[in-house]
Amino acid sequence: MQVTMTVNGAEVTRDVEPRQLLVHFLRETLGLTGTHWGCDTSNCGTCVVLVDGLPVKSCTQLAAMTSGHEVRTVEGLAGGAGLDPVQQGFMAEHGLQCGFCTPGMMLTARALLDRDPDPDEATIREAISGQICRCTGYATIVRSVRWAAEHPAAAATDQEVTA
Amino acid sequence: MTAVQERSPMPQEREANPAMDAPDRPIGYGRVQRKEDPRFVRGKGRYLDDIVLPGMLHGAILRSPMAHARIVSIDTTEALAHPKVHAVVTGKDLEGLNLAWAPTLSADVQAVLATDKVRFQGQEVAFVVAEDRYSARDALELIDVEYEDLPPVVDVRRALDADAPVIRDDLEGRTDNHIFDWEAGDAAETEVVFARADVVVSEEVVYPRVHPAPMETCGAIADYEPVEGRLTLYETSQAPHAHRTLFAMVAGIPEHKIRVVSPDIGGGFGNKVGIYPGYILAVVGSIVTGKPVKWVEDRSENLMSTSFARDYIMRGEVAATREGKILAVRTKVLADHGAFNATAQPTKYPAGFFSIFTGSYDLQAAHCSVTGVYTNKAPGGVAYACSFRVTEAVYLVERMVDVLAAELGMDPAELRLRNFIKPEQFPYKNKTGWEYDSGDYEPALRMAMEQIGYDELRREQAEKRGRGELMGIGVSFFTETVGAGPRKHMDIVGLGMADGAEVRVHPTGKAVVRLSVQTQGQGHETTFAQILAEELGIPPEDVDVVHGDTDQTPFGLGTYGSRSTPVSGGAVALAARKVKDKARLIAAAMLETRPEDLEWEKGRWSVKGDPSAGKTMAEIALGAHGTVELPEGVDGNLDAEVTYDPPNLTFPFGAYICVVDVDPGTGKVHVRRFVAVDDCGTRINPMIVEGQIHGGLADGVGMALMEFIGFDEQGNCLGGSFMDYLIPTAMEVPDWETGYTVTPSPHHPIGAKGIGESATVGSPPAVVNAVVDALAPFGIRHMDMPCTPARVWEAMQGRPTPPI
Ligand code: FES
Ligand code: FES
Repeated sequence: MQVTMTVNGAEVTRDVEPRQLLVHFLRETLGLTGTHWGCDTSNCGTCVVLVDGLPVKSCTQLAAMTSGHEVRTVEGLAGGAGLDPVQQGFMAEHGLQCGFCTPGMMLTARALLDRDPDPDEATIREAISGQICRCTGYATIVRSVRWAAEHPAAAATDQEVTA
Repeated sequence: MTAVQERSPMPQEREANPAMDAPDRPIGYGRVQRKEDPRFVRGKGRYLDDIVLPGMLHGAILRSPMAHARIVSIDTTEALAHPKVHAVVTGKDLEGLNLAWAPTLSADVQAVLATDKVRFQGQEVAFVVAEDRYSARDALELIDVEYEDLPPVVDVRRALDADAPVIRDDLEGRTDNHIFDWEAGDAAETEVVFARADVVVSEEVVYPRVHPAPMETCGAIADYEPVEGRLTLYETSQAPHAHRTLFAMVAGIPEHKIRVVSPDIGGGFGNKVGIYPGYILAVVGSIVTGKPVKWVEDRSENLMSTSFARDYIMRGEVAATREGKILAVRTKVLADHGAFNATAQPTKYPAGFFSIFTGSYDLQAAHCSVTGVYTNKAPGGVAYACSFRVTEAVYLVERMVDVLAAELGMDPAELRLRNFIKPEQFPYKNKTGWEYDSGDYEPALRMAMEQIGYDELRREQAEKRGRGELMGIGVSFFTETVGAGPRKHMDIVGLGMADGAEVRVHPTGKAVVRLSVQTQGQGHETTFAQILAEELGIPPEDVDVVHGDTDQTPFGLGTYGSRSTPVSGGAVALAARKVKDKARLIAAAMLETRPEDLEWEKGRWSVKGDPSAGKTMAEIALGAHGTVELPEGVDGNLDAEVTYDPPNLTFPFGAYICVVDVDPGTGKVHVRRFVAVDDCGTRINPMIVEGQIHGGLADGVGMALMEFIGFDEQGNCLGGSFMDYLIPTAMEVPDWETGYTVTPSPHHPIGAKGIGESATVGSPPAVVNAVVDALAPFGIRHMDMPCTPARVWEAMQGRPTPPI
């Protein structure tokens, strides 16, 4: 079947198997391998992307269900003016080690900051609580998101995509 | 958010490690952002599953639903008829290639695909190669296997019973499930000390089966090129060189025709040390189909079939005086190794470095004995950041010291302080044969106590107890032994545990360092650049780190057991020093002076007494590759290569204190605070060091409170998904509070000790000690992990049952 959706601002149309998961559509059909896959039970969150601005586990949704929607992946996080403050925060505060959970964590952080530009520690922890990081112990991820909150102008972000 | 307490280096540290002298140091060490991060934050990491080769096919493994059963027949007809299937491989096919069984890392064999019986749930039975991932999975459903049930051995305590079914009847002459007995220390001497001790405490302490569960599962892509007989194998491997050698030995492909590439690794923690049947099957699939074959396990396969960790039942005993002087420790361990003995331990150490269970204390005697047995469970016992079973050792001794404290009515911190090995006793030879290189324990524990406000917390606890509130404070103090070799004592399947490094300074003064070890998130690209930068006086940005490709890097044993910085870090520092020595000769030629008249200052060789006359590394590099007339015997480059064979292990240590609150109604444990004071010797990049500690602390909370791979009576795995195998999220862990002391290793070129596993080793006892402390009003002095709400609640009813 044919699906059409907007991915990182560009419209894409592809023929897919009806059963294809969005995570596999992004990774294999479109070659956007920044979105990861880490479990069979929708527990890990390494696959999180933004669909119409909201964090979604792309392993829980079919590509077909996403037709007509807007998807933003880690590849679309940096705007024209450079890295998103969230990306800079993760580098500044050592919010990543192996980097496998990082794209999902950053997208969730971006969606959080769009909704609440000045979240406290508890709010950040709750926002990322559906995602697992096996490397960092989370404290540096929390600090990374706080860094982004404190440096909103560190780079321009593409507000239309997440609005 | 984190309070970092500095302790300035003491005079003897400066002597031991001149590189620590701050004022005129070059720019190598310190907190710098990681060189690997720019690609990861853009989603441009290149993990195994991101790699797509032209014409690549996909493999999937059919696994046993049973823990113990005879295979009656396997019918692959329908699967083969699937239009997208290229090959179906069974154990019988592999027998023809002499590949049905492969050697493990522990002098045993493991079935690649089962031929006679299946021996654990999740065991590999058949392999399908198809055009895409989904079709390969579809075809698995079309394979028909007939099994004949056999009684499984699930309870490890029954594995050696006379009537226990024999699991390994494939091994000639096997009549039981016994694998090995191993001991360390002096049993008779220990018995004498126990016999005259005022106080002896004894407890069965279980370290249940857990799993490293990195976020990226294991996988491989094999690309066999038949004309030249070359195999390129992309693998999630922590030890690419060791894997290549083993593949050459097993598959019969000559080693020089095998290239192992380990790309970006999404976490390892020991899970990616072993060679799994899936890797071998990808190779077979590529040979059979003539196309590259990718195999990536799903999460259930990861949790059910690849290396578990721990699974030790330990009877611990401590002998002490009434005043609280610990005299001796002793333990008997029953070790569940699953269906194949596939642990990755140095050959002479079937229980790893467990014999460091004497901990951080000055004892008169110690003895341990470990019995390894087969059960119908997945093989492994590789790791989970355990430093070769130091985790089990530290958990046992730190739990037992608390049991002793309860018996004596003493404060557990005070009891530890009274028994520490004293700084002047180092190097300290313990009673099981380890030589602790350096340590200064008391300041570390005092720092942790001060940072957390220990006395104030004890007052708060007393007050709360009066009101029926359950609050616990858990102390743990650990000493690790990491950085294996020396190679004459330590090898993995005969390969000595040393590591190579190659340094090359390019004509413009930029450098490349090639490593045998492989990062899984530890930041090697940054840390090793900093080590080289520190030694050569060039900025870390000017250093490129190459690793993870056997065609491009020198031989070495890989990254596990916290050995990268201790072993490869030593190799890089010594190779750099060779370059520096050679640079001196070339600089002397350039300055038309004698090498003895030059001194190394701020990254350049300059004339003594005339600092204006000197040459930087970049100038010397250009000279070396240019037309400068070189002294006799000096060739025209600035390259060096070293294989570092460590003279001893290094012994990082730390003091951890955890505060928990337990809900008396539900048994739910809330970790309120956690203070970790670590000493890993020289700290190269404090940001990375702290990150390693944070990750390990979360692991410790996970193991103490929720992580557990259990089995039912039929041997069904009860922890086979992330629904059942629980890993802490941001909600279950506190904001870590860290501090540090610095006691460099006297024998290491840069004084560094390794930090990758300290926190995973040291934190579980701190958390469990805190939970048990909270439950003291119920008369509890021990409960086993995981301290889930249900199990804690049970303990509160006076029934703290072991998990296995
Ligand atoms: S892959 Fe684990 S939640 Fe989507
Ligand atoms: S950085 Fe490795 S899983 Fe989060």
